[in-house]
Amino acid sequence: MSRIANTFKALKEKNKKALIPYITAGDPHPDLTVSMLHALVDAGADMIELGIPFSDPMADGPTIQRASERALAHHVGLSHVFKMVKAFREKDDKTPIILMGYANPIEAIGAETFVERAKNSDVDGVITVDYPPEECMHFTKLLKEKNIDSIFLLSPTTELDRVKLIIEQASGFLYYVSLKGVTGAANIDIEQVKSKVSIIRELTKLPIGVGFGVRDAATAKEVAKISDAVVVGSRMVQEIENSNKDNLISNISKLMQELREAVN
Amino acid sequence: MQPYDMPDEKGHFGQFGGVFVAETLIEALDELRVMYEKYRHDPDFLAELHYDLKHFVGRPSPIYHAKRWSDRVGGAQIYLKREDLNHTGAHKVNNTVGQALLAKRMGKPRIIAETGAGQHGVATATISARLGLECVVYMGAEDVKRQAPNVYRMKLLGATVVPVESGSKTLKDALNEAMRDWVTNISTTFYIIGTVAGPHPYPMMVRDFNSVVGVECKTQMNEMLGRQPNAVVACVGGGSNAMGIFYPYIDLREVRLIGVEAAGHGIETGKHAAPLTANSPIGVLHGNRTYLMQNEEGQIIETHSISAGLDYPGVGPEHAWLKDIKRAEYVAVTDTEALDAFHSLCLTEGIIPALETSHALAYAEKLAKTMKPDQVILVNLSGRGDKDINTVAKISNINL
Ligand SMILES: Cc1ncc(COP(=O)(O)O)c(C=O)c1O
Repeated sequence: MSRIANTFKALKEKNKKALIPYITAGDPHPDLTVSMLHALVDAGADMIELGIPFSDPMADGPTIQRASERALAHHVGLSHVFKMVKAFREKDDKTPIILMGYANPIEAIGAETFVERAKNSDVDGVITVDYPPEECMHFTKLLKEKNIDSIFLLSPTTELDRVKLIIEQASGFLYYVSLKGVTGAANIDIEQVKSKVSIIRELTKLPIGVGFGVRDAATAKEVAKISDAVVVGSRMVQEIENSNKDNLISNISKLMQELREAVN
Repeated sequence: MQPYDMPDEKGHFGQFGGVFVAETLIEALDELRVMYEKYRHDPDFLAELHYDLKHFVGRPSPIYHAKRWSDRVGGAQIYLKREDLNHTGAHKVNNTVGQALLAKRMGKPRIIAETGAGQHGVATATISARLGLECVVYMGAEDVKRQAPNVYRMKLLGATVVPVESGSKTLKDALNEAMRDWVTNISTTFYIIGTVAGPHPYPMMVRDFNSVVGVECKTQMNEMLGRQPNAVVACVGGGSNAMGIFYPYIDLREVRLIGVEAAGHGIETGKHAAPLTANSPIGVLHGNRTYLMQNEEGQIIETHSISAGLDYPGVGPEHAWLKDIKRAEYVAVTDTEALDAFHSLCLTEGIIPALETSHALAYAEKLAKTMKPDQVILVNLSGRGDKDINTVAKISNINL
């Protein structure tokens, strides 16, 4: 069983929901990323989404765009991201790491090379924002052969037939994008999310995570009630942006603990 | 030989093209594909489109024999397809009229667009004003500075111009921002993409709307000369004016099709916007797979061109395909060569061409010299240069 599946199983036995923070690799500085990952786990993260910096993050709002720009200012790319995950694994063999990014950096090194390096550095799952399932059958197959989960996004506009198609390709969990918009927008409609999640649930046994509009502990709490996992991205990145190198770790740990308490 | 029939139904031109977008946009693209399929052959829709192209845009645009210029260059005869004479001054309006009429049929009250040189933005603002649609144009902050007259033009036409401060602050970033707007306002908004890029069906649809240019050329060349040109030359940013004139000629194998990219300071300097000529790697950006200027880590790199409209790191997927199957050839000319051609056309023919177009003109000069006087080159004169006079004056150290 994959680390992701194990994590969901263990949480379910304890009747708990998964909490998944997102940070961009290399933001604010590549030397800090690994210790930030450990700090997030210590403060209650069940898995971590690690963003691959990209020059043209089309699906991201200003907060995560700036995170990418800060990382790119230090020339952080996939080769660094793999090294960071490997370094993280030296002390943590349990917490799933999910890479999230765009197709072009993957295609630049080639799908085969990407998957091989992801396996070598013990990555657990991959979300590629601009790879709809129809366009990445080969990539999904390569990931599957190496037991890495392919996590796909579902959106409020995804029609039922497509939900089924996506479920066939997906593993690990399904990621429901809670709003029409880019990351960090703040207009999540809990009732709407609830009804869509329950429709999806009838079609699959895969856990369902919800993200894109979770701005605070109160929203996280509401989302946790209707899903299996809560993803907190822009809010976490905002905390990073507002910190300096002396209080960074304590600030993100504190936010993580608040979210953990709200979700439990 | 099989007639040319691209793309396939998923929008692929061989390995290029496709639909590489976040899930939220899929449904909107499906809707657009279905509606475009419904209307592209619909007699009422086509009648409305042709009425506007004739009475609002001023089509057909003439073909002009640039005789004095041809004589001065020496070699082949150069003919110019005068898209600069269209309302708003460029080929871009052919596409915006088509897409805006589609938006109206689809009941979308709000139009968004990206723009580089501002020509597509102006064309979109124009048709939005004419149809009473709200219009928001995204433009890189750098380009807002470079193309100030067009920014004001858009405002006069009632559009909101949003300067984009992210990334390199040019055309590609304007496209990113327009996509972000679209994903947020998907139910009310129609995104009019200005070139043959973006996810399917855009490359096909923008080509189709611009192909009125090539269709007219075939008839007009026949009327004027009783024959078709030996070569058709057009500049390539994203590639819409080039696809518009190439497309009807693809099955006429004896006609050479030549796309001219921006070599900026020179291909060898790396400061250019010529992914095809420079053999850039294949990648994914703005919804399609194509040749793309990028570094080893897959980050899109900054481009350089004197002309904002060619300052784009990718190229429409159909051009990538036509290059691979060797049906079209792609070359590049530098900023300096384009400027020389700009002045040359002004002085010999009394036509001020756009700086984008001047790239095609510069290559036509080179090519003409290698050809005989009874041979013919047809250049797509994609736009007029009024918008560029500040840029050109500045280079000549003249303060307007
Ligand atoms: C006059 C003119 N020609 C050419 C272009 C380049 O675009 P495309 O390659 O799509 O024709 C532009 C773009 O702004 C333009 O204004």
